[in-house]
Amino acid sequence: MSAVFDNLDVFLGGFWLTLQLCFLSAIGALFVGTIVAVMRISPVPPLRAIGTAYVTVFRNIPLTIVFFFSAFGLPALGSNADFLRIPVVDTIFSRMGIDLPYFRFAIIALSLYTGAFVCEALRSGINAVPAGQAEAARAIGLTFGQNLRHVVLPQAWKAAVVPLGSVIIAMIKNSALAGFFGVVGDLSNSGYALITVNGEPTIPIMIGISLGFLIMTVPLGVLLDRIEKRRAVAR
Amino acid sequence: MSQQTILYDAPGPRARRITLIGSIVAGALILVGAYFLVYRPLDKRGEFTMDKWGPLIDPNNEYFGQLWQRIADGFQATLTAAALAVVASLLCGTLLAMARLQLKAMARRRYVGLPTAAALLLRALTVALDWISRIFVEVFRGLPVVITIVFVWLGLPAAGVDLGNLLWYLVLGLVLYNTVVIAEILRSGMEGLPSGQREAADAVGLSTGQTIRMILLPQAFRIMLPALISQLVVVLKDTSLGFIIGYEEILRVTSQIVQFLNNQIQMYVVVGAIYILVNYALSKLAGYVQHRLARGRRARNLNGGGAAPEPAVAPEVAAVPAEPTDRA
Repeated sequence: MSAVFDNLDVFLGGFWLTLQLCFLSAIGALFVGTIVAVMRISPVPPLRAIGTAYVTVFRNIPLTIVFFFSAFGLPALGSNADFLRIPVVDTIFSRMGIDLPYFRFAIIALSLYTGAFVCEALRSGINAVPAGQAEAARAIGLTFGQNLRHVVLPQAWKAAVVPLGSVIIAMIKNSALAGFFGVVGDLSNSGYALITVNGEPTIPIMIGISLGFLIMTVPLGVLLDRIEKRRAVAR
Repeated sequence: MSQQTILYDAPGPRARRITLIGSIVAGALILVGAYFLVYRPLDKRGEFTMDKWGPLIDPNNEYFGQLWQRIADGFQATLTAAALAVVASLLCGTLLAMARLQLKAMARRRYVGLPTAAALLLRALTVALDWISRIFVEVFRGLPVVITIVFVWLGLPAAGVDLGNLLWYLVLGLVLYNTVVIAEILRSGMEGLPSGQREAADAVGLSTGQTIRMILLPQAFRIMLPALISQLVVVLKDTSLGFIIGYEEILRVTSQIVQFLNNQIQMYVVVGAIYILVNYALSKLAGYVQHRLARGRRARNLNGGGAAPEPAVAPEVAAVPAEPTDRA
């Protein structure tokens, strides 16, 4: 394991970048997913159709292809995803502001892909709200927006926490792909480079990468299990 | 569907008119935006010329036959890897789920009647095995599949094990992950069954192993069938990771074709469409199975008297037996 400790700074740097990527993509995915979920339950048929199509496409396509499109398709459209260079945010997350766009592409790919799953998790939460709640809200004359904002979503959120958590865990795991699509220096990429470029021994380095991901995913998973168990008892 | 229409009144004539007008205006705006932001840049790069699309859609093109032949080969390789991975992980996953339940039952046993030393040893052994299986599950559930696959691909040769074909590295990586996932699906299915099932099995004198094999597992399989089919979609999608280790599945083949014909956008659109089509069909199958199962259960409930209330949970959630309302 000395190979890991000798390169500890590389691993820590990679861990930090992966964490940044996951944090930003999670925000993006929650944003996209909420919009799509509202579209899918809205009273406007075309919006519903768009939402359904979005979910169908992104749930059934491999993330690898989504990464291909964002890494090779966006440049073809002449975009470097510069809209993600948000003034204050890119001083905190310095990778967002640099000229090399692959970090931004990775955020877009992960957000779009995970957004579809977030939408489904939210929808399952909304469906868990007893129908009487929404009916009562309508009976006292709340509009669709008011109904969602004041009655349905606050309750749906509770039922959606656990599925949302598993979606986010899946996203953290999926972020390992970013290192193979041009993002330099995240956990998978820097570890892979240690093996292929620096010729470090394979197995210790791979264990190091694995530990990095496990540190992120296992505590989250345990937390979710506990929330779920407490819910089950409460019912 | 019926759940969702509860959120709003059926739109009246005025609302429908507004929707229609709004849709037309928004649609026109989107078309204009797409023209300037998508069509024009792509057209400028010549992405719509027959040069780039010809090999894909023109049967008279010199590359047409060859290209589709390679895509078919790649797709076949994808399906081979997926099928092997699914069968192997179903098998291993079932075994793992059974082992975990058995160990859990054994860890509680006191081994009365054996000499103290032997009893203590047996208890220590079962508890240790219980922990090992639990850690195994946690580790492989928490690892990205890419990392598992790359680990297997780089790690096994480094450890002196050569599997020969790249296919086996991909399959092994996929199996390690999906075994654990399937085991967890089945385990939660078995533990979610009404406790009366287990108690009745105990009462007629079945051993733990017999209870699992004859009573719990068949029911868990039935209840969890939709979840298992959804996992099939995940496996099929994950075979695309074989691309990274150089296994010639559909995505790898595509990137080779792209290097030759330089038509990446076109190729990836087509391959993406193939994936969506196949996986959508599988998801539909899962939905159909779920529907069938739900109907079967409801009918039985009605026959047994006392109509079951419409579940407040969505079917996807209801399939996970958090609250097994029937057969109680």
